[in-house]
Amino acid sequence: MARKILLVTTDQQRYDTLGCNGSELARTPVADALAAQGINYQRAVPQSVVCMPSRSTILTGQHPSTHGVWMNGVPLPGDAPSFAEVLRTAGYRTALVGKSHFEPFFDPFVRFPDNALSATGTTPPNGSHRGFEHMELATHGAQGMLHYARWLRSEHPEALGMFYPTVDAELQVNAAGGGDTGAPQVHVNPVPRGWYHTDWVADRTIAWLDTLDPDADWFCWMSFPDPHHPWDPPESEMARVNWRDVPLPAGFIESTEQREAVIDAKPRHWRMWYDGSLISNYEAPARWVPATLTADQVREVNARNAVECELIDEALGRVLRAVDARGWAEDLDVIFTTDHGELQGDFGLLFKGPYHVDGLMRLPLIWRPAPSSAATPAVVRSPVGLVDLAPTICAIAGVDRPDWMEGHALPRSDGDGAGRVLTEWDSELFGVDVHLRTVTRDGWVCTTYLPGTVHDGSEGELYDLSDDPLQMLNRWDDPGRRAIRDDLVADLHEAQRPARNPRPDVEAPV
Amino acid sequence: MTGTRGSVRRQVRIARSAGDVWSLVGDPARIAEWFPGIESATVEGTVRTVVTGAGMPIPEEIVTNDPLQRRFQYRLKTPAIREHLSTLDVFDLGDGSCLVSYSADAEPATMALVIAGAAGAALHHLRDLMEAD
Repeated sequence: MARKILLVTTDQQRYDTLGCNGSELARTPVADALAAQGINYQRAVPQSVVCMPSRSTILTGQHPSTHGVWMNGVPLPGDAPSFAEVLRTAGYRTALVGKSHFEPFFDPFVRFPDNALSATGTTPPNGSHRGFEHMELATHGAQGMLHYARWLRSEHPEALGMFYPTVDAELQVNAAGGGDTGAPQVHVNPVPRGWYHTDWVADRTIAWLDTLDPDADWFCWMSFPDPHHPWDPPESEMARVNWRDVPLPAGFIESTEQREAVIDAKPRHWRMWYDGSLISNYEAPARWVPATLTADQVREVNARNAVECELIDEALGRVLRAVDARGWAEDLDVIFTTDHGELQGDFGLLFKGPYHVDGLMRLPLIWRPAPSSAATPAVVRSPVGLVDLAPTICAIAGVDRPDWMEGHALPRSDGDGAGRVLTEWDSELFGVDVHLRTVTRDGWVCTTYLPGTVHDGSEGELYDLSDDPLQMLNRWDDPGRRAIRDDLVADLHEAQRPARNPRPDVEAPV
Repeated sequence: MTGTRGSVRRQVRIARSAGDVWSLVGDPARIAEWFPGIESATVEGTVRTVVTGAGMPIPEEIVTNDPLQRRFQYRLKTPAIREHLSTLDVFDLGDGSCLVSYSADAEPATMALVIAGAAGAALHHLRDLMEAD
C-alpha cells in the first residue's frame, strides 16, 4: 500500500489567518497541529493571485504562461496535464470535492465539463476528468449549476435566498454592503451551519472516503470555497468573534494622508483603483470604491473571515477523524494551502487584483507528512511556490516527476529548495490591460510591469521583506538598491518561459 | 466597464472558401451544428429560438441575414440582457480562405464577454469542422 494523500485548499486565505502563523483572531487548532507535526512554509507564493490560473498551476505543476490560463475566464485547455491523472494511472483512487474552477462558472451554454457533470452525477463520462474519477463541486453560495447548489435547491430550497448574491443584476461582482457596517460582500446569512458549503465539502469528502476499500491508495483534493468573499458565514457562528473587538490589521493605515502617500509611491494603477477611476479586473466589485473603506468595515470583514477560517478548521478536523476511524491515519499525508490571498484591509483595499504584495502573495502552506514516514518537523523560510505541489504529491505517491512539471518537490528544510519563485499577472478586460512579472528571492519581492493601458513598461516595485514586511516602501527608484534591483530583474527575465502559443481566449468573466 | 455597455470580438481564419463557410453559418437553423452548447434551433420568420445545453430556450430576433455581404446579425431577447446585437461576418480573403468574425455588443457589458467568449470557442469548432471536410 502507498501513502494516502489529502490536499486541502481554501480559497483566498491569508497567511496570517492561521494560529500557527500568528493569527490572534481565528482559532485553528487542527491546522496548527498539522504545522507542529509537519513542515510549515513561511514564504509560500502563488504563481497567480486569482483563482483559475492558480488552481491550474496546482493541478499541472506549471506556470500560467505554460498551462495557458493567463487570467480568470480562460478555461484550462483540455489537453493540459494533471498530477491527478498521473496518480490515477499509478493506481490511486482520485477525487476532487469542493471548488475546482479550472473552467469558467459563467456558462449559460453548459459547455464546460465541470458544469455539465453536475447535472448528471459525480462520475465523469469517460471515467475521469482531469484525472479525477469522482467530482462533487461547489462554489461560494447557492447560485450556479454545481453539485452544492443543486443539492441546496433539492434538499433545502428555503436556503436559496439566504446567501449573498455574488453578482448583481448587471452580472458584476456585487458591491452591495451589509452587516453592521455596510462593507461590500458582507451579509447576514441565516443558513444553518449544516447546510453551509464548508460542512457540505467535509460531508461529501467523508462520504467518498467511505466508499473506498480499506487497502485502497487514494488521493483527495478537498477544496473549500471559503474564506473567499462573500463574507456570509452562518450567522449562528458569528458569536465567536465580535467585530467591534477586532484589531485593525498592521497593513491598514488609518491616516488617509499616510495611506495615500504609500499608495502613490507604487505604480499608478494602485491609486487609480483606490480612487475608483480604474477597473482592471473582474474579481473586485466594479462599483465599489476602495477609498470609501472604513476601519469598522475592515474589522467586520476580518471578523467574518475569521469565523469562516474556524469553520474550515473544524471541518478539516472532522475529516481527519473519519480518516483515523478508517485506520489510515498513520499513512496519511496532508497538505494544507490556498490558491491566493486577500488584501483584507491592507493599504485600505479589499479583494484582489494586480497587486503583488503579501496580502495576496504570502500563503499558508503546511505539509504534514504521513506519521509512518517519521519526517522531522520543520519551518521553511525560503520561498516555495504552489507550482511545487504537483511534484511533491508525485513524490509522496512514489511516482516519477513528469518532465512537464516546472516545479520541484517541496524542501523539507531551508536551503533545499530552488529559492526563487515566479508570479505572473495578465489581465485584459474591456480595453484595460495590466501585466506584471514578479520574482520572490533572497528576501526581496521585485515586480516589473509590461506596457499596458496605464503602464509604459518602466514601472516597478521592489520590497525588502527583512525590514519592510508590510511592503510600505517601494524601493524601485532607490539608487542604493539599484544593484539588487538590476540583479533581480535580470534573473526574472531570464527565468521567463515561452508562453503557450496560441494563447487561449478569455471565454467568460470568471 | 462600469458604463455597463461592452463590445467583444473574436475571429478565426478558415482554410475554406467564404462561400462554403457561409453556406453553414448563414443558415440560422443550422447553428447547433457548429456552436457547442446550443442543442437545437428553430426558425419562424425573423425569430430564431435556440435551446442551450442547460435546456433553456432563448428567443433571438434575426436582424440581418445578407448572403451578398455574408453578414448575419441577431439580437437576444431575454430579461437578463438590456440590449444586445451580435454580428457574424465572413470575409473572403481571396486565396481560397476566409476570415470569420463574431462580435457581441451588449448591455450589461459582462454579457458581451459571455456571448463572444462562447462564440469564440464556436469559431474554433467551426474551423475544425470546415477544414476536416
